[in-house]
Amino acid sequence: MQELESEAERLEWELPGRERGLWSDAFRLFIRNRLAMAALVLLLVVAALAVSSQFTHLVSRYDPYSQNYQHVQEGPSSPHFFGTDNLGRDNWSRVLTGVEISLQIGIGTQIIVLVVGMSIGVAAALGGRASDNAMMRVTDVFYAFPDLLLIILVRAVLSGHSWPVVSEPRLQIMLAIAIVNWTTIARLVRGQMLSLAQRDYVLAARALGASNWRIVTRHMLPNTLGPIIVAFTFGIPFAIFAEAALGFIGFGLPPPTASLGRLVGDGYAYIQVNPWSVAFPAGAIAILMLCFTFLGDGLRDALDPRQR
Amino acid sequence: MTGYVIRRILWLIPVLWAVATLTFFLMHAVPGGPFTQDKRLPPQIVEALNRRYNLDQPLWKQYLLYLWNLLHFDLGLSFRGDRDVSQLIRDGFFVTAQLGILGFIAAATVGLTLGVLSALNQNGLFDYLGVFFATVGASLPSFVMAAFLTIIFAIDLGWFHILGWGGPIQLSQTLDPGAWDLKKIVLPVIAVSTLPAAYIARVTRASMLEVLSQDYIRTAHAKGLSQRVVIVRHAVKNAMIPVLTVMGPLAATLVTGSFIIEQAFSIPGVGRAFVDAVIARDYAMIMGSTLFYAAIIVFANLAVDILYATVDPRIRYR
Repeated sequence: MQELESEAERLEWELPGRERGLWSDAFRLFIRNRLAMAALVLLLVVAALAVSSQFTHLVSRYDPYSQNYQHVQEGPSSPHFFGTDNLGRDNWSRVLTGVEISLQIGIGTQIIVLVVGMSIGVAAALGGRASDNAMMRVTDVFYAFPDLLLIILVRAVLSGHSWPVVSEPRLQIMLAIAIVNWTTIARLVRGQMLSLAQRDYVLAARALGASNWRIVTRHMLPNTLGPIIVAFTFGIPFAIFAEAALGFIGFGLPPPTASLGRLVGDGYAYIQVNPWSVAFPAGAIAILMLCFTFLGDGLRDALDPRQR
Repeated sequence: MTGYVIRRILWLIPVLWAVATLTFFLMHAVPGGPFTQDKRLPPQIVEALNRRYNLDQPLWKQYLLYLWNLLHFDLGLSFRGDRDVSQLIRDGFFVTAQLGILGFIAAATVGLTLGVLSALNQNGLFDYLGVFFATVGASLPSFVMAAFLTIIFAIDLGWFHILGWGGPIQLSQTLDPGAWDLKKIVLPVIAVSTLPAAYIARVTRASMLEVLSQDYIRTAHAKGLSQRVVIVRHAVKNAMIPVLTVMGPLAATLVTGSFIIEQAFSIPGVGRAFVDAVIARDYAMIMGSTLFYAAIIVFANLAVDILYATVDPRIRYR
């Protein structure tokens, strides 16, 4: 018995740096999750196709905005993989453009949400009772507000004025969605911070004379990272959905732009004539959202220590 | 408990006030007024119109006036057609409510059944199908769902009809069988209820699995109760408590969901009225429909919280 133990100790000693922390554990769990890996690979392929079509027409083959009245409302064929729309534009290249826009808006929105939500959440949790109460009351109001109605109103406000920085329509859409979405991360961070503040290791750090700033940035924030990464990933499909819904209703990016929601919405008018020009962009939205959801599920399973 | 309910109801007033205020100033920040579109009107007419709808007053006066009217449940006049907004919302709501209620019934039935059956058949084939439905259904936007349903069942197979609402449009038609066209009702209801159904299925399954592993279920089996009685009376009943808590947020999802579905299927409900109102800068109508939606959401949440405390005696609100 003793021999075995010393043997183990010897082995351990010979392989320095093999101790497994939370992150390497999580990484291994994540890699082994087949569904999440499949989603990740599919996303990377789709993203590569979509991004490449912005620089070269090698994949997209057509310009998403050039019209051709010889080929209107066609179904899928070998020159036009996804068929053409009512103006003879190639749907394959339009869907690729739409995917690129969706990815950009999905991720961009969540970056804004992350920065805003985290700052407000930390400030609320650490700023004392009054600031905490204020944040909770504000989020209460946001919860009562129907998401899409607020997004539409903010979008309408942003689009009409000439702003110094935010005149870019994509940025305006990201801001409109972020204004509704920041509450989730803010509440999450606040809850985590409040519970972490009671932990022994925070007390220990304080007893050792660590400054507040150091405790927050070195001890508390890294420990909230897991749930935040999960919330970030789950937020992306929400933003993609919101952007698509805006486009579908007609409050999205201005007309010639081929965002997925607008493609679905425009195709709807001719759905009896050419269902393909609705089916492909709708399918693209579904695939994007499913992939990010599976990715989020995988990350949650990997990062949630309660599961182990 | 009574104190808790009263405090919650009183808290609704500032929340709705905040929603009203936010909406009011946001929509007035949208550039352009209701009469600056389409063709140019003679200045005297614009002036008269502005006076009729109090748009000639300074903004803060309009705001106070709106709040004052709101206290009397007066939502004002719509700029288009000069009709009473509360009447317009009542008309729209009659349709939206049918869609919402049918959607909710469908979602609850399908979600609960799938969730319970999945849990009873844990890791079996049926369970995988149930979990698959719950995952895919929860991440498909309703209008994508609507698109596929329309293409497959309305265009290819021709089983159902689309465009417009198949139920009665006015209250007086409710009993008239001619006003009901079931073929037009099915697809919107499926589209609006898929996401809540998936969500309910997921929560029900998790909650059932939790309950089934409890000691009192083993006790019930041990004292010789039949499988059916154990499941129905002991397991399902207790598993419903967590499911109840998600019903509030689900009502909100159903509301926003119905809003897009009304667009997709051209259903004349409140959601469509809101979209048209934003495009036309119909201030009173924007305010009215936003407040109306917000009221539904806060009351649904309140009802669920109260129900929760009534159903689960372990919960004590102070």
